[in-house]
This record gives sequence, C-alpha cells and structure tokens, in this order.
Amino acid sequence: MAMEITQALLSAQSADTKVRTEAEASLRQFQEQNLPVFLLSLSFELSNNGKPIESRRLAGIVLKNSLDAKDAGRKSALVQQWMAIDVAIKSQIKDLLVKTIGSTTQEAWHTSAQVIAKIASIEIPHKQWPELVGLLLNNMTQRDQPSSLKQATLETLGFVCEEISHEDLSQAEVNTILTAVVQGMNHAEHSPEVRLSATRALYNALNFAEANFNDENERNYIMKMVCEAAISKEADIRQAAFECLVSIASTYYKLLQPYMQTLYELTANAVKSDTEAVALQAVEFWSSICDEEIDLQEYENEETADSGAPHSRFVEQALPALVPMLLETLLKQEEDQDQDDTIWNISMAGGTCLGLVARTVGNPIVPLVMPFVEENITKADWHCREAATFAFGSILEGPTFEKIAPLVVAGLDFLLNLTKDENNHVRDTAAWTLGRIFELVHNPGLEMTIITSDNLPRIIRVLLESMKDSPNVAQKICGAIYYLAQGFEDVESGSSLLSPYLLDIMTSLMGTADRIDSGDSKLRSSAYETINEMIRCSNIAESSQIILQLLPVIMNKLSQTFNLQIVLSDEREKQSDLQASLCGVLQVIIQKLSGHDETKPLLIQCADQIMMLFLQVFACHSSSVHEEAMLAIGALAYATGADFLKYMNEFYKYLEKGLQNFEEYQVCSITVGVVGDICRALDDKILPYCDGIMELLLKDLQSDVLNRSVKPPIFSCFGDIALAIGGDFEKYAPHALQMMQRAAEVCAQMDADDEELMEYGYQLKRSIFEAYSGILQGFKETKAEFMLPYAPHLMQFVELVFKDRQRDEAVTKAVVAVIGDLADALGPDIKVLFKDRAFCLELLVECLQSDDEQLKETATWTQGMLGRIMVS
Amino acid sequence: MAPPEHRRQFKRPAISDQQRRRELSLQRQAQNRLDAQHRARCLASSALSFETAECEPECPEVELELGSENEGDGGVGSPHEEFDVRKASKLRGAQARKWFARQLILPEWMIDIPDRLSLEWYVFVRPSGNRCFVVSSNGITVSRLRNGSILHRFPSALPGGSRFRDSSGPAQTYSILDCIFHEADQTYYVIDMVCWRGYSLYDCTAEFRFFWINSKLAECGACEPPSQNHRYRFSPVTVYNCDHGGLIAAYTGPVPYAKDGLLFYNKQAHYQTGNTPLALVWKDDNCSQYVIDTDNKGNIPSKQHLVLELQDDLKVTTSDDPPVEILLHGQGLRSEVNRARAFADSYSKVIFQYTVRRSPLKMEDLLFSLSSGNDLENRPADVEMAGE
Repeated sequence: MAMEITQALLSAQSADTKVRTEAEASLRQFQEQNLPVFLLSLSFELSNNGKPIESRRLAGIVLKNSLDAKDAGRKSALVQQWMAIDVAIKSQIKDLLVKTIGSTTQEAWHTSAQVIAKIASIEIPHKQWPELVGLLLNNMTQRDQPSSLKQATLETLGFVCEEISHEDLSQAEVNTILTAVVQGMNHAEHSPEVRLSATRALYNALNFAEANFNDENERNYIMKMVCEAAISKEADIRQAAFECLVSIASTYYKLLQPYMQTLYELTANAVKSDTEAVALQAVEFWSSICDEEIDLQEYENEETADSGAPHSRFVEQALPALVPMLLETLLKQEEDQDQDDTIWNISMAGGTCLGLVARTVGNPIVPLVMPFVEENITKADWHCREAATFAFGSILEGPTFEKIAPLVVAGLDFLLNLTKDENNHVRDTAAWTLGRIFELVHNPGLEMTIITSDNLPRIIRVLLESMKDSPNVAQKICGAIYYLAQGFEDVESGSSLLSPYLLDIMTSLMGTADRIDSGDSKLRSSAYETINEMIRCSNIAESSQIILQLLPVIMNKLSQTFNLQIVLSDEREKQSDLQASLCGVLQVIIQKLSGHDETKPLLIQCADQIMMLFLQVFACHSSSVHEEAMLAIGALAYATGADFLKYMNEFYKYLEKGLQNFEEYQVCSITVGVVGDICRALDDKILPYCDGIMELLLKDLQSDVLNRSVKPPIFSCFGDIALAIGGDFEKYAPHALQMMQRAAEVCAQMDADDEELMEYGYQLKRSIFEAYSGILQGFKETKAEFMLPYAPHLMQFVELVFKDRQRDEAVTKAVVAVIGDLADALGPDIKVLFKDRAFCLELLVECLQSDDEQLKETATWTQGMLGRIMVS
Repeated sequence: MAPPEHRRQFKRPAISDQQRRRELSLQRQAQNRLDAQHRARCLASSALSFETAECEPECPEVELELGSENEGDGGVGSPHEEFDVRKASKLRGAQARKWFARQLILPEWMIDIPDRLSLEWYVFVRPSGNRCFVVSSNGITVSRLRNGSILHRFPSALPGGSRFRDSSGPAQTYSILDCIFHEADQTYYVIDMVCWRGYSLYDCTAEFRFFWINSKLAECGACEPPSQNHRYRFSPVTVYNCDHGGLIAAYTGPVPYAKDGLLFYNKQAHYQTGNTPLALVWKDDNCSQYVIDTDNKGNIPSKQHLVLELQDDLKVTTSDDPPVEILLHGQGLRSEVNRARAFADSYSKVIFQYTVRRSPLKMEDLLFSLSSGNDLENRPADVEMAGE
C-alpha cells in the first residue's frame, strides 16, 4: 500500500530550485490527498535499509513534523489528524518505526526514536500503544543484541519519557523502565555509547521516579550509579551525570542529606579541574540547591505553621568551602566576555551562584567574601580587579541593609574610580555593580541612605562621563541611572534630589540613543528605557518643563523614521525597533502629562499631531500593527476622552487589523485593551464601531490558533463595551453570553493541579465576572430583564468559584462585585436565586473580614444591594 | 556556550521595559475599568428622585395663621423625574441649591407611637443646630443647609475632602453625610451617611448605615480635632435600640451637645429623601428648646403658624408627598403670601404642633408603650415576611 517516494524525497533536497519546488509540491499534494498512505510511505522509506540515507533522513523529518509543531494550535490539529487515521495503518507505521530502532544506521534509528516519542506522546495518554514499553524493554533484556540496539532503545525510552507525563504510565512500567535505564549505566557491562544514552535517558526519567526515590534502597542504587557516571572517563557521560544531579537537586532536594558529602566532593572536583561543560553543571548543581532553599525560605515566611518541606541548610553547611570555590571561578574570565551576550562561562556561572548563595544565607556570606574583595581589588592583573568587583556586586542582595550599607558607603568612592579603570571588563563590572547598588541599597525611604546631596553630584558626574564609554559599559550605566531614578520614585517631600540633574541626564541619554558605534540596538533601547523611567519617577512639578521640551524632540525623531531608506528586511526591522522605542517614550510622556491637571491641557494641545504620527507608524508596516504604537494610543485615548472620536474613522482599520492578528498575540491582546480604553473615552459614541469590533472579538474567542492568554481580556472588553453602550449591547449579548457560559464551563473542568493553568483560570474567571458586571450595569436602566434567564447560570458559576478556597483576591473582588451587580440590576426578581444560597453570605463575611479596603467596600456595597432585595 | 535561560540575567539585566509598559498599561486599564464599573454602580443605584425645579418659582407659599382645627386629605401627586448624582454634580448656583435641598431625609413629627418600637427602631438625641448635607469630593468639603445654600467650604479628613490627603481610591470619589452643625463646639454631628467613597448607601438599611458611620468615620480621621487640613471636627452620635433602657438613656443621658429632641429611625428603612414616616422626630421641653414653633423674636405666638404650598389648582397643601390638602375654613384664619420660605410644613408637623399646644405626646406615653408589650404579644401575625 505504501508508495514509492524515494525520488521525490531526494529531489526535494536538490540544489536546483525548479526540481526542488516541483518535488515539494508533489509531496504536499500526496500529503493532502491521502495522509495515511503518505505517512505509511514515509515510515517505509525510513525503515528501509536499502534506501539512501538522504531520503530516509527527510522522510523522518517530515514524519516528525506531521505529528508535532511548536505552535499549540497547529499541534492540536496534527494530533487530531493522527487520531483520525485508521488503526490498521497506524499500527503498520508503528511497527516500521520500532523495527527501525534496530537499524545499524544511526541516523535512521535516531530519527525513528524521535518519531516514536511523538506518537507515544499522543497515544500513551489514551492507552493506545500499551505494548510500546514492553517492546522496547525486550530489546534490553535479550542477550546477544548488538550494542547499537541497546543504545537506540535507551535513547527512545529517554525521548518517550521526555514526551509523556508520569501519570501516563503504571508504577510497574516505571519500575521496569528505570531498571533498564540504570542497568544501562553500568560501567562493567556496557559500551560508553550505551552508558551515555542510558544516563541521558535517566535524566528524562527522573520525574517518573518519585516512588523509587522514596525507597531508600532504590534511591541508594540510583544515586550510586549517577555518582559513578559523574566520574566516568568520558566527559560527555560526566556531563550527562551532572545534569542528572542538577535535576535531582531540585526534584528530590529533601532526600539529599545522606549524599551531600559525596556530592560536595564531586562538584568541587569538577569545578576545580574538569572540562568547562562539566564544571558548569557542577556550579549549576549548587545554584539549584540555592533555588530550592530560597523557595523554602520564602514559603516558610509566608506560612510559619507546619510547612511540610524540611529545610536542610545545605548551603549554610557548605558555606566555608563553597564560597572559596566559587570565588576561585571568578578569576577565570575570558577576554571579551562582556562584548557578547551569548557567552556563558565558568566565571559567570560562579558569580551567578555566588549571588544565589548570598540570597540564601544572607549576612554570613559577607565576611567570607570581603577579604577576597579587599585583597584583589587593587591588584595589577585586571582579572583580580574584575573578580573582586564582581564578587562585591554579587553579594549585595541577601545580607541586611544594616550589614551591607556601611560597606557600600565605604566602597562607593572606590567603585566610582573603577569606572575609570584601564580595563574594559573592570569598568563594565564596576558600572554593573553601581546599578546593583542603586537597585538594592538605594531607597530614600530608609533611615539611612547611601545617596546624599553630598555624594550625588559626583555620582552623576561619573555616570554621565561613563555613558560615553564603550557600548557595553554605557549600557550598564543606563541601567544604573534607571535604578537611581527608581529609588527616588516615592520621595515623600515632593521634591526629588535628582531633579536638578534631570536636564543633563536626559540630554546625555538622548545623545547615547543617537550613538552609532553600538553593534546592535541594545544601547539605544536601554537609553530610551532609562529616559522612560526618569520621566515616570520624576516629580511632575519639577520635571514638566523638561518633559514638555522632550516631547517635540521625540515626535520629530519619530517622524524622521518615516523617511528612512528601507530596502532590506532587516532595515525594516530596525525602523520598527526605533519606532517601538520612540512610541514607548511617547506613551510614558502621555501618561505622565495627562495624569496631572496642570500639564494635561499642554498634552492635549499636541494630541492631534501625536495621533497623526501613530497612524503613520501603522501605515509604514503593512504586515502587522505596531504594538508599541497601539499601546501608546490606549494612553492617548484615556488622556483625550471623548475627543478621541475624531480619530476613530482613520484609526478603526488598524484596530480591526490588531484584533485579527492571531500570530502576534501580544498585539491582539493590547488591541483588545485599547478597545476598552476607547469605550471609556467615547462612551456610547463608540456604538457605530461596535458591530465590527464585536464580530472580531467573537471570532477571536472561537479561534484555536490565538494564544489563550488573549481570551480573558476579550471577556473584560465585553464588559467595557456593554458599560459604554448600555442597552444597545442587547444585540450582541446572546453571543457574548453564550461564550461566557462556555468559558465558565471550561473553568469548572480545569485541572487544579496544574499551576500555570490555574493562574490562567483565575484570569478567565475574573474576566467573565467583569463581563457580567459590565453587562448588568449597562442594562440596568433599560434592559435588566434581559439578563433574568442568565442569572441562574451566573449564580452556579459564582458558587463554583466560591467553593475554590484558593481563589486569588482579584477573583474574589470580581465575584463579590458581580453578586451586587446582579442584585442591583435585577432587584427582587431574583430573590429566589439567593434564597438557598447561604454561600453568598459566607462569601460576604469572608470579604468583610478582609484586610483589603477595596474588597471590604465592594462587599459592603454588595451587602447593601442584597439587603435591598431581601427586605423588599 | 550559551547560558541556561533562567540564569542569564544576572549580570546582563536587559533593561527592556516593553513588558513592564504592557503591564503598566494593563494596570491602568484595570484601574480605569474598576473606576468605570464603580461609577456605574454608585450612580445607577443612587439615582435620586428629583422634583423638577421648573415649576417651583410658580408655587408661592402661603403662610397661614390657623385658629381652628384642620384636617388633611389625599392630594395630587407632583411630577417626578429621575435625576442622578452625575447630572446633579453639574448643576451650579441656584439649580444646585434647589437640588441639594431635596436630598435629605425629612423625619415626620411623631403624632402616634409606631408599633414594634422597641424591636424595629433606633433612637438618638438630635443635636441642636443646622441640618446640613456635607459633600466631600475633589479635595474640598462643602456643607449645604436644607435650603441648599452653602454653610462652609473647608478641607476635611473625609475621603476626597482635602487636597492634602491623597487617600486611596479613584479621584472622583465623593462622600455625602447628613449632619447637624453644632455652633457651640463647632462640630458636625453625623446623623446619617448617604455615600461613602462613592458607594451609595441610599439603598442600605439604617441599621447598616449607622454601623458604617461608626466604623468609617473614625477610620478616616474625621473625628480628630481640627487642624490645618481638617477645619471642623466630625462626630457620630450615640444611637440606641429603642427599648426601655435605650429610650431612657437617650432621653436622660448626657451628650456633649445641646439637645433638640429625639430622632427615631426605623432600622430597615433606606435613605429615602423627603418626608418619611420611617424617621420620626419627637420633642418635649426637657430635651429641646424648640418644642413649639417660635416667631423671629423667639416668642411663642398665640396662634399656631403653618407654612403651606399653594398649588396650581389653588389647593393649599402640606409639603408631603403626595401633598396633603389643607381645607381652610373657620374663623381667625389669616393668610399671607410669602415667597421667601422654601418649604411648606409637613402634615405631621402641623398635627404635632397642634397637639403640643393641647395634649402633647409625653415621654411617659412612649415608655408606657414599650412596657405595655404591645409590640410583642399582641401582634404575632404581623411579622415582616407575612406578605410573601
């Protein structure tokens, strides 16, 4: 039944474009006309040792791509396609793939292993391929099988474990898989290739091994095998073993105590003398231990009572040896490591780990690190000076303010001098450390402050001088100014110490943004982002003049981007990036100026011109809607209020485009938010546009392709529209309410163990309630009775949400408000709905006892509304 | 070698604020949405009934001297129009005065003792002074007398009541209190709460409103002594359950202010503007200097004075809703037209003043009604839910 496709597969890789295109077309045609036979033919090709490796390779790739895709929507479509294929054909395909594992051609079995894992990920959860694990294990237990089959089998097992969840297998299956894998790591019995595959498979199987880790004997055995692998002769096996240890550190932290001495020695040796790839994993082991302990500490702080997980204080115990080990790594910098953001080496990993250690143990790290800092900071070798600075910068977070502030005060001058060091790395790290200081130790609200009117002039002078340094240093300086400004954000007195320098800093930042010596646009966008933060954190009375001067400059720069020569696509991208930065600045300016009565009129004067610019930005990019421009328009709509109407005719088409942008879901999401802004700005004057908007929003909700995170904002947006147009929402309401009810049912069926999903669930619930609130309030005056038939369903949903004790506060606020809205809008007509619903009272009591004022007041209002209908 | 994703940012904190800008936008939008829904909630639920102002100038009031008995009867309803606070806030000058003048609950005078007094009513001592409507919003507090004219404009610690306290909540937050300004200690005694931080309490029961006064007023600092940002002190009044002990405590207990009668509020009653039988005032000489109406010189006229409204159909009515027509007959009746008076008397006031001059309702009568137990045993069928 399979078709001969070797030639087509080979032609599809031809250097001749014409041949290639034709072959691709014929393959695609085959795929579209008869997918089952197409997949079968590909499997046949892949499994056939007589075929050329090139066609087998492509067959495997096409197979894999027919089963899985990065995009979630496409992936689910592919899964549906596979499930729909006739069982007989599917089992032929699977047989061929399993057979291919025994191939002596590595590329063939390797690809086949991946395809098997993809099919397993679809079928095993539905118990549709129960024999797979047995088949694979059979390869391991039979004697005289070639080493390559064992290697292939272990690799397949590893891939399968990576694809499926441990709930999909029985404990017996897990046990046999683990046994096979761990035995495959046995030094005496197996070739290095088999052991490497086994160790990598173990990495993927660790999540399945909870029961086995809880059994002391099994755990001892697994740990023994991993530790042996960690000192194996082959570096890639050692690396794989350390990767297992990193994973074990976070998954089985609480069981590690008996092994820590061994693990410490293993990691210390690896850090000291192993190859970098292994040493990096050894450092990562300690970073993971720190992550766990930091989590435990935060958890402990939250709930002091009976926290189940024990804190073993591994980091604290290892501290005297661990810190010197990490400090040692800091001296192993590479030349030019600061020029390239993709570089990751032992000194960077070591510094990162040191920072985590500081956060884990706090004050005790200081005496262990400071001697190293003092000893090295004046040495002639730049490696020493940089390491000393990096060490100092790394421990700023963790120790108490009282402990760290005196050191910072004492060392500040020295650090400022280091920004003039002859070595670029030292200057880079000094600038970074200044940024860390401003971020972590600079808060004028504290009693003791490290930045005073005495040292600020020098700090500013140094920062502005260093902004002219090489791009990598200048970028860190931007970061430092960013945090410096942030630290002055909440100055109570009203006047900011930074205000006198505002103009100079802004001027320097604008100059920095215009620099052309930077290879990429990072310095420029850092400069603009820093300008944004300066504006945001400034005292409006002291900054309004400067912001008003800046506004036309930014507008002018934005208009210049329209004249850029655009030939290549990366020029288009650069233009878009620059426009993004400038629209970002405009957005911040709009928000700042419109937030104050004194400056708002001055902004409104420019609104027409600003809007014109945003529309031009849109016009530059035919393919998509510019995200930052959209974001800024939301702010402008809020600022202009009803006057925004005059832009609507011109703007509406971009709004439509944004709502249709499924691929760049952030754009879609932001556009939905802007619809809300416009509703509030225009009130019922948005009505003429509502047919189009509602149609697109409903389409968005029905799309399988659109990222789900956009869906909650859409529901909230229904509420915004309903509130704006009141009774006129009636014609959309049946559709919107149907969606809301469906989404409510989705909420009811969500898996409560999936944290990420729960987070999404909260957003969805809140947004559904916001939609109901908007509709109920919008209909209250004229169409309240329309909502009567929907009230019981809403109450069921309310009850469902009420019963979730873990619901987050935002959901609680929304649900308690919607109860009030229901009572307010429908009045005594729905009295009967509240009759047997004691939970409403329980919810009210819960809210009235909350510490959150807003929640209490909402609950009070709701209580009033309920009281009104219950006594009437 | 590429860094693992989650370790990357340590020394390379990319200052990309796009995500933050998105988040800040989302926060702003969420706040705006909250404000909008919040506004819808309190505006919609505080839509107030407002008798149109247009007809008023054509309604001269008639001041009568009445020498003989009179009787009331049902009258003609006046046109009503829904009017909400949002529209009202745009009113200026005379219009504003007219509107605000209509927003207070106006207790009827107690001419009979209500049933179930001890169970369903509160009692408290009315401070002597000017009844006023105190609105705090946009950084200023304004008190208006019953006739709508402004008594004070001042900063206060009420929410939105001064520019110095940027207290939480949306900028358009406003609070409305029903107060009596007591000259002697320059204090606003809060006898009722109409809106708090934008939340309308019109539709809440008195029970709840009083609870809210007590919990909220102190919390915002309005009960503190005057300061630069808080020119007048506010104070709650002590409210008693109207049982035997409560009534005695109210009647005889010391209060920091000059007394002007007792106010009785039905616990379940909402804040209903205008005359209502669910709030009652009662006075005798012990607890008020103003039991019997006096003239401008403080003397009790020999005859009872009534202020009535002359309607379009030439009937003369009380201020009640619906107005009660007063049939004018008998001797010794003298009338004069006086356009200056804003309000006609209510029917209950007319009767109370009449009885006070002849056989007043005494404290003993009130106490007797409580102890006679007519509340409890005599009317078992008259429970609240009976109508359902």
